[in-house]
Amino acid sequence: MKPNQSYQRYERQLMLNDFGVTAQEKLNESRVLMIGAGGLGCPALQYLSAAGVGTIGILDFDLVELTNLQRQTLFNVDDIGKYKAQTAAEKLMKLNPDIEFIVHQTKIESANAIEIISEYDIVIDGTDNFATRYLVNDACVLLHKPLVYGSVLRYEGQAGVFNLRTSDENYSANYRDLFPEPPGPETVPSCNEAGVLGVLPGIIGTMQATEAIKIITGIGTPLSNKILSCNVLENLFYEFEITPSKQKNHFVPKTIEEFKQFNYEWFCGNTCQHLEISPTEFEILRKKNDITVIDVRECGELPLVNEFPYIQLPLSEFEDGITKLNLKERVVLFCKSGQRSLTALNLLLERYPHCKAYNLEGGIIAYKKSLLTFSVSSAKT
Amino acid sequence: MKINILAFGQVAEVTGKNSWSISDIKTTGDFNRLLLEDFPELKSINFLIAVNKKIIREDVELHHEDTVALLPPFSGG
Repeated sequence: MKPNQSYQRYERQLMLNDFGVTAQEKLNESRVLMIGAGGLGCPALQYLSAAGVGTIGILDFDLVELTNLQRQTLFNVDDIGKYKAQTAAEKLMKLNPDIEFIVHQTKIESANAIEIISEYDIVIDGTDNFATRYLVNDACVLLHKPLVYGSVLRYEGQAGVFNLRTSDENYSANYRDLFPEPPGPETVPSCNEAGVLGVLPGIIGTMQATEAIKIITGIGTPLSNKILSCNVLENLFYEFEITPSKQKNHFVPKTIEEFKQFNYEWFCGNTCQHLEISPTEFEILRKKNDITVIDVRECGELPLVNEFPYIQLPLSEFEDGITKLNLKERVVLFCKSGQRSLTALNLLLERYPHCKAYNLEGGIIAYKKSLLTFSVSSAKT
Repeated sequence: MKINILAFGQVAEVTGKNSWSISDIKTTGDFNRLLLEDFPELKSINFLIAVNKKIIREDVELHHEDTVALLPPFSGG
């Protein structure tokens, strides 16, 4: 709270049992990051600001559009074309001028997530795609930050609290314990494709704000190790209990360095532009069925490869051999160091620009080297 | 023996119902197999199975009046 301000505006919550000045002070000292100032973000931000969270970060790279107004309640027609994060901050400052707002007008990515999230105590996930959700989850796990999750589609919503520190110095379940790996890119529609009832992110977003306030002040029981699912058409509210998975997921970055290298867009199958894949990404791809691996080295070259099935099509014969390939499947090309397979990849993409083909970065040498590290070798079993 | 089924999201959409009941199914594995046989579209949906609210990863025996809930991921915001 800025100096010379009083708690008068918080009178109605100060009088609550278990709340009082202590809880208000905790709110005042807390720093909450809202990732996404959209359907979930708008209501969550309004209530967090009104409740007196001392510092609120608002992260969004996007602009307000007419189709947002059906559910993104902070904006009006005059805001169309303006940046959401900045516009939201300006409105919220009028709601509560006693608190601080930090605008992050950027897309959250592996490269900036650690620096941004480190500055906050709690993160609220109001994003709208799997790639960012996995990214934010993994960053919060690495940084030991609680994450308040919420998600909506059509007439349904989900909410939960992830990675909350427990009394035994452990952390509650996170999104990876629920869905260890993302669904295929075409299997789950987005709100853009499938629609959403405008009030639904209002319900889930305010639940997220409630959970954040509970975590900060220590009142009540947080929605941790649980996911609440609701269907507003049928008034069906159902809690799922999550047990933190003992079988740890091998494709979770285990260090901040690994996290920064991890391509979440690719992990969630969103991008065709990412042509070079790391040995770890290759391992993920290998687990899926529809993949053809091609060795473009000349016959008899070393090292031998016995870790995975592949076919041989040397670079010298590559152009003639392309026509025989099954390009309905994803194709991964490799050679000794990744140079010649990149040339082969370019030849392949020249002929078939829409095929899903990748180059194994660093070649078989880098792959074999990566097997020596724990994460990949255990993933093989 | 009666088992109650609750479906959310795309699972409800594919099956065309939010809740129904079944009988004579011994385990969650058997239930899942039959469900996928009836609705092959569900194979591409990575949904969770919970028995009496607890999410399970392995085959679990089912009892009279158990509730099996099916939760798919979604990501809208």
